[in-house]
Amino acid sequence: MAEPTRPLPSLKELDTQHFWKATKQRRLEYQRCDDCGAVVFHPRSHCTGCLGHALSWHVSKGLGTVYSYSVIRQSYHPFFRAKVPFAVAWIDLDEGPRLLSNLTGVADPSRDVRIGQRVALEWEEHEELAIPLFRPVD
Amino acid sequence: MPSPKRDAAIVGIHEYPSRDVEGRVSPLQIKAECAARALADAGLSWQDVDALYDAGDGGMMSGLALAEYFGLHPNVIDTTMVGGSSYEFHAAHAKRDLAAGKARVALLSYGSTSHSNAWAIGVGARGGAGVPMPADNLEGFTGMTLVSNYAMVAHRHMHQYGTTSAQLAEIAVATRYHAMRNPEAVAAMQALEFLDIRETTVADVVGSRMIADPLHLLECCMISDGGGAVVIAIPEVARSCPKPPVWILGGGEATGYPTNGGDITTSAALQSGRSAFGEAGVTPGEIDIAMIYDSFTITVLTILEDLGFCKKGEGGPWVEGGRLRFDRSGGPALNTDGGGLSSNHPGMRGIFLLIEAARQLRGESTSQVPGARLAVAHGNGGMLGSRHCAGTVILGRD
Repeated sequence: MAEPTRPLPSLKELDTQHFWKATKQRRLEYQRCDDCGAVVFHPRSHCTGCLGHALSWHVSKGLGTVYSYSVIRQSYHPFFRAKVPFAVAWIDLDEGPRLLSNLTGVADPSRDVRIGQRVALEWEEHEELAIPLFRPVD
Repeated sequence: MPSPKRDAAIVGIHEYPSRDVEGRVSPLQIKAECAARALADAGLSWQDVDALYDAGDGGMMSGLALAEYFGLHPNVIDTTMVGGSSYEFHAAHAKRDLAAGKARVALLSYGSTSHSNAWAIGVGARGGAGVPMPADNLEGFTGMTLVSNYAMVAHRHMHQYGTTSAQLAEIAVATRYHAMRNPEAVAAMQALEFLDIRETTVADVVGSRMIADPLHLLECCMISDGGGAVVIAIPEVARSCPKPPVWILGGGEATGYPTNGGDITTSAALQSGRSAFGEAGVTPGEIDIAMIYDSFTITVLTILEDLGFCKKGEGGPWVEGGRLRFDRSGGPALNTDGGGLSSNHPGMRGIFLLIEAARQLRGESTSQVPGARLAVAHGNGGMLGSRHCAGTVILGRD
């Protein structure tokens, strides 16, 4: 029987398709409106700051801060059940977007993760895309 | 202060007594039984219902399907589906529709067999076939569980305000105290095979197994079967119903979702609460009964602050010392039926908030606050730590 795998995003969802395709080239991209300057995340086809559609893609440096986190000790998902305990976190990228991810390279997530901690992007490679994870750097 | 319009009242209620139907009853059957009993409680019948409100828990296209199942031809159909807050939305919409003269008698119902089906509710329910919603397509890879979603609100609350697990535990302790006085809640905990069914202490709660840091097992709601129904009527009908009318004095609704740089310690309850209290012309300090959606302890703490019972960030110290017990003064009695934590949570608990608030204002609760006059029912749908809906309803007796 095949090993259970991480649930991967769909490449068919039109608003997030560009974001996920860019990860294959190890680029973490987000949108900013050329007209009003709003950072739009999650990705969309329209600006939520103004009525325009002049959203351009920018590449994040992949540095950010833990806004909040939890250590998951119980999961019924076949992949994650074997990963407990593991940390899920809201990451505030330095460029503005807040995204949900997992923390990696952490020996004991209940001790080694804290709010306000600096983190750096680390890719987990898959066939058609890569998953952006974050590793504490302080 | 102008007294709010008394243009719609809860006149009939019923809560399905069983929390484990062992797969022998369908959600639709639960809805029908609860609806019939709530109508009987109101001294009314199917033929009196001309407005139908439903969250689709019995099946697809329920505005049509449920009308047929119940044998109704309603003038007003509202299938607002916003998770556990749906029933507070429905009650507020019913008040609006009845006040506008579009109908005379409104029926709300709920039925669920989450426990029997061993359904993963909340976050687990998203993974259907087809193309996901954009936000879900960005978050699904993380394995975030329902509990951990709320836990991230708790961690941030602790970080910003110094809130402790012991303070959060006070909410679970007060709720269990009420549950032990409610025979249906005790039976529910027995049916769901809770271990060691008794009143709890703060030490019990913080000593229970961690599920998703910082939330412990006894801070998490149960997953039961169950259902309920509520009948709402115009004053001319309500005055001739056998039970005292429970007036819907105000309603509010709002959405909350992740924003870049936003503060997840404040929920959509801030917006819905202002609207509801404003319409009702009352303040949180006047509220006797707080029926607050207790999916987890942090849900209650956040919403109490957002509704204005205390200042943002001061909820931790405020709930200490049993303030929320029905037999203590200094604050509203919280979830006097035993809550989702210890009595009834089949996935969308909002209807039970209305039902227990109505019991209190009729004088029928098992943890009755003497002379209770005003109640708030606040439903939270979706997930507090990311995207959620808030529905607030203010209720009062004559």
